[in-house]
Amino acid sequence: MLHNLFPNVQVADLVEATKETIYMTGISVIGTFIFGIVLGLLLFVTAKGGLWENRAIYVVVASFVNVFRAIPFIILILLLSPFTDFIVGTVRGPNAALPALIIGASPFYGRMVEIALKEVDKGVIEAAKGMGAKTSTIIFKVLLPESMPALISGITVTAIALVGYTAMAGVIGAGGLGDLAYLKGFQRWDFDVVLVSTVLVVLIVFLFQMIGDITSKKLDKR
Amino acid sequence: MISIQNVSKVFNLKGKDIRAVDQVSLTINKGDIYGVIGYSGAGKSTFIRLLNRLEDATSGEIKIDGKDINQLKAKGLRQARQQIGMVYQHFNVLWSRTVADNIAFPLEIARIPKHKRQQRVKELIELVGLIGKEDAYPSQLSGGQKQRVGIARALANNPNVLLCDEATSALDPETTDSILQLLRDINKQLGLTIILITHEMHVIRKICNRVAVMEAGRVVEEGEVLDVFRNPKQRVTKRFVQQIMGNQQDESWQSIVGEYETDQLYKLHFIGEKTSQAVISEVAKRYPIDINILQGQITQTQKGPYGALIVYLTGEKEAIAAAIQYLQSTSVEVEVNPNAS
Ligand SMILES: Nc1ncnc2c1ncn2[C@@H]1O[C@H](COP(=O)(O)OP(=O)(O)OP(=O)(O)O)[C@@H](O)[C@H]1O
Ligand SMILES: [Mg+2]
Repeated sequence: MLHNLFPNVQVADLVEATKETIYMTGISVIGTFIFGIVLGLLLFVTAKGGLWENRAIYVVVASFVNVFRAIPFIILILLLSPFTDFIVGTVRGPNAALPALIIGASPFYGRMVEIALKEVDKGVIEAAKGMGAKTSTIIFKVLLPESMPALISGITVTAIALVGYTAMAGVIGAGGLGDLAYLKGFQRWDFDVVLVSTVLVVLIVFLFQMIGDITSKKLDKR
Repeated sequence: MISIQNVSKVFNLKGKDIRAVDQVSLTINKGDIYGVIGYSGAGKSTFIRLLNRLEDATSGEIKIDGKDINQLKAKGLRQARQQIGMVYQHFNVLWSRTVADNIAFPLEIARIPKHKRQQRVKELIELVGLIGKEDAYPSQLSGGQKQRVGIARALANNPNVLLCDEATSALDPETTDSILQLLRDINKQLGLTIILITHEMHVIRKICNRVAVMEAGRVVEEGEVLDVFRNPKQRVTKRFVQQIMGNQQDESWQSIVGEYETDQLYKLHFIGEKTSQAVISEVAKRYPIDINILQGQITQTQKGPYGALIVYLTGEKEAIAAAIQYLQSTSVEVEVNPNAS
């Protein structure tokens, strides 16, 4: 019955593609979480009146963020291909998509991190200073824990965007569900493959959304 | 001891200078509960924040136990801050940490090993009366309980000085009293110096022994709480005293005169030491006179009662004279009706 409805769908291909999409999204979410937080923290602490106010660093980081956020993802992949080739050793397959995914999503997430950090109660930061805390202590024991629910909601939104990016990366040969839908579905005009790939992408998005919501809620003790 | 010499803080706001603290000099002794009172914008918060350098003074010298706070480098300042607790109006506790973990935070900063930390947190929880709330999050606490966490946290590293910026201003009157009581107990038990900022004279009256009155960045009046209550010099100070005593200066005589024999009216000033009730009942027992209290107000300060009663005495002339003489032999000051014939 399933076979009649979707005559061109190969289960093995689907499983493989789904795994690749989850792999690319998973690794890039972790990378983006780390780099985004670094960028967001840099923006926050070097801003005017920040804990490590530093105009030069702020301008450099802010420019990086703004420029990379402005580049359309599909162009970013092409732009980064020499760099990707250099560090991954190839420009094809799931691993080759990772640099572009992380570099594309980190600035986006970094801005969200900056906003989340700005929401942390100034009084609490000041109280920590008044207790004699070092800036690094304030970062790791006040800023990050106090903004964690917002950081998690932010990475959830970013993860969903990343699922979309992986599909785009798929079109230029990174593998995953985007690749499957494009090569086996669109190019051969086997539209049932496109349809099933879509359903799977949507399910993956829902999965990330659910994990994010539950984690964020669990951490929020306000 | 804290010595503050000619300290000023100037903010520059869009090219305009704001002298938030203006040439303030004060000496605060060990074990004092020192109140700083003033209306909004007087510069109280800015002043207290200079003491742990959350704000850097523009000029002047601040010495805490001989250490010049303004000269400290980053590391020295961090160490000094561990010895200066601070309590805030809005508590400023971390919502992401439990009560116990909030109290442990300054201990983590001071790199106290874990088992000692747990021990100390336990003591502090007992001290501030939060037993059973160790694992609660701040959002599950009342304002008064949150402030207890704030106080416990401020005391964690056994500071010599506790700074309180409007520590009770966000609390209802009853909770305010319980927090003030706690501060007083801590002051007695630990002998630590407390500096507290407020705009409520009640707070000063209940727990302070000395007070400074701030207006427009300056300290306009300073002294023992009882002296300031008895003899407020500046207009602001008089207004603060009136917050508690009402306006009982001169017109009080006028309202009474006419209905009574003017030479039997007396005003008894109670200033510290003896309690009013005991003195009045003592006089009534010793002398064959009647004492009729017509008007007055007595309030309790840290150094005993303060206030005045207008009394009407009836009886033999000699008995009244003897009673007055007795009263004068106590700490009560007797004022004769200025309109007496
Ligand atoms: N960071 C700042 N920049 C510029 N001006 C400031 C700053 N902090 C305080 N001021 C100004 O300094 C003055 C004193 O403020 P401060 O907060 O010390 O008053 P306060 O007595 O604590 O008042 P309140 O009872 O309302 O808390 C005010 O005029 C205020 O606007
Ligand atoms: Mg204030």
